[in-house]
Amino acid sequence: MIDSISVIGGKDKDGAAEAIPLLDIRAGEILAVVGTTGSGKSMLIADIEQWADGETPSQRRILINQMPAGEFADDRVLRGMAAEVSQNMNFVMDMSVKDFLNLHACSRHLEQAEMLAEQVLNYANRLSGEPIGSQDKLTVLSGGQSRALMVADVALISDAPVVLLDELENAGIDRLAALKGLALQNKIVVLVTHDPMLALLADRRVVMKNGGMFKLHSTTPEEKLLLKKLEQSNRQISFWREQLRLGFTVNEEALKQY
Amino acid sequence: MRFIIVSGPPSAGKTAVMIHTIRHLLKDGIKVAACKIDCLKTSDDDNYRALGIPVAVGLSEYLCPDHFFAANLEEIYAWGSYHGAEILILETAGLCHRCAPAVQGCQSICVIDNLSGIDTPQKVGPMLSTADVVLISKGDVVSQAEREVFRQRVEMANPDAAVLSVNGLNGQGSLKLKKIIMESASVNRIEGQELRCSMPAAICSYCTGETMIGSSYQMGNVKKVDFGKFEKMRSKEPLPSSDV
Ligand SMILES: Nc1nc2c(ncn2[C@@H]2O[C@H](COP(=O)(O)OP(=O)(O)O)[C@@H](O)[C@H]2O)c(=O)[nH]1
Ligand SMILES: Nc1ncnc2c1ncn2[C@@H]1O[C@H](COP(=O)(O)OP(=O)(O)O)[C@@H](O)[C@H]1O
Ligand SMILES: [Mg+2]
Ligand SMILES: [Mg+2]
Ligand SMILES: [Zn+2]
Ligand SMILES: [Zn+2]
Repeated sequence: MIDSISVIGGKDKDGAAEAIPLLDIRAGEILAVVGTTGSGKSMLIADIEQWADGETPSQRRILINQMPAGEFADDRVLRGMAAEVSQNMNFVMDMSVKDFLNLHACSRHLEQAEMLAEQVLNYANRLSGEPIGSQDKLTVLSGGQSRALMVADVALISDAPVVLLDELENAGIDRLAALKGLALQNKIVVLVTHDPMLALLADRRVVMKNGGMFKLHSTTPEEKLLLKKLEQSNRQISFWREQLRLGFTVNEEALKQY
Repeated sequence: MRFIIVSGPPSAGKTAVMIHTIRHLLKDGIKVAACKIDCLKTSDDDNYRALGIPVAVGLSEYLCPDHFFAANLEEIYAWGSYHGAEILILETAGLCHRCAPAVQGCQSICVIDNLSGIDTPQKVGPMLSTADVVLISKGDVVSQAEREVFRQRVEMANPDAAVLSVNGLNGQGSLKLKKIIMESASVNRIEGQELRCSMPAAICSYCTGETMIGSSYQMGNVKKVDFGKFEKMRSKEPLPSSDV
């Protein structure tokens, strides 16, 4: 059982100690990682993914339940504990969605692979705007469909206690639903994002600068209010997007009705 | 001197990963030399040379690259020693899937990439199964699920190897690889060490320059495909013509 992971700060790009010397993340928490391009967001995620022990350029060390990862479990077990989805990832296997999910479930020696595969597909379809069929080939899925399937698969088949998401905002999936779903499973979710809604949805956010953890901030009640407002205007945007997609035109009456 | 032999399919990321690893070694003041064995052409030597280390290139040209590799190990070892290398990296290319360059006393590293398809770990054969260390590259561009399945296939093909995920672009994993290399044993003499997998026989007419097709041009060690049922059919009736 993972109750928490900790990042012990290392060095930024200039070799100076990181401003945040210690970052604890508890199970069930969503932590956002924000910062400009090149500020080291992906590197922080990569350090967690490989349970860094001072050997990466940042020299960070990752603890599990306050213990060095290497002492907490052996390599093979550790590997299954963090799963990552990033916007660079694509499916490359030439297989149907169903066969692939079965194969993945079997490779993890999970029972009732077929049923699990169906659950993944249902979950993915809740995240994706475009429906995914079980007989669809993996390689013809759109970017949004692929990412939805990856998130669902990571949540249910990889079932890693630590989920790392790198800039999924452009993926065309229902990000908020994806996140809430993951957090409900009591996972640790670390999410690199440029999206203000996702950053505010998180319980805390760490700001990266020049390769180092620069600032750690707990989302305030005011920020949660702002999130409500953003969600509202987002719903408006979604509504009009759909209207225009379906061929509606906007006249005075429609404007009033809305 | 530690003699490290690196193999793997084309474009798996051998050079990219070794460049990152050598940088770490050099930072620690360790003397490294690199040699590249290939068939016809290579530009890898430029990349290694940019590190400011001694670099050699061997091209097998008209010879079988597997045999060329085995026949030159002693000379490559001597070349590395001459340059005072503490670590000699030998990147091999062009070897067939029947062969493996692993030699007793040398650390054998096989690089294989996530993009090459899930059947590749089985297809690569002894190159993978005789390796001490297997590096899996390009995990950054495929899904978590595919990474997991691919790794499982690799572990099935070689249960004894240390398996490491690496990224040739940003060097992820290369510090761990450096550690693994530093923990390997030195080899004091390459002469008398044994190949872990024998080389295939190659003494047919084509080995000596024959270019014509057909049984009447063939001599020596010739093996034919076994077509099973088709073989019996073929002896009874003429082959079905292709220009229907
Ligand atoms: N995305 C990605 N590309 C890689 C990775 N490793 C190597 N490459 C790229 O793959 C190509 C072939 O790499 P190279 O080292 O020349 O392969 P070699 O033929 O095995 O020596 C190069 O363009 C590399 O930049 C990796 O981990 N991820
Ligand atoms: N602490 C650090 N020390 C050294 N290099 C770093 C550090 N953090 C990031 N880098 C390097 O800086 C570059 C940009 O980092 P990256 O994590 O990709 O940024 P982002 O994801 O925020 O765009 C990468 O080449 C990375 O290896
Ligand atoms: Mg990034
Ligand atoms: Mg190369
Ligand atoms: Zn061969
Ligand atoms: Zn021959």
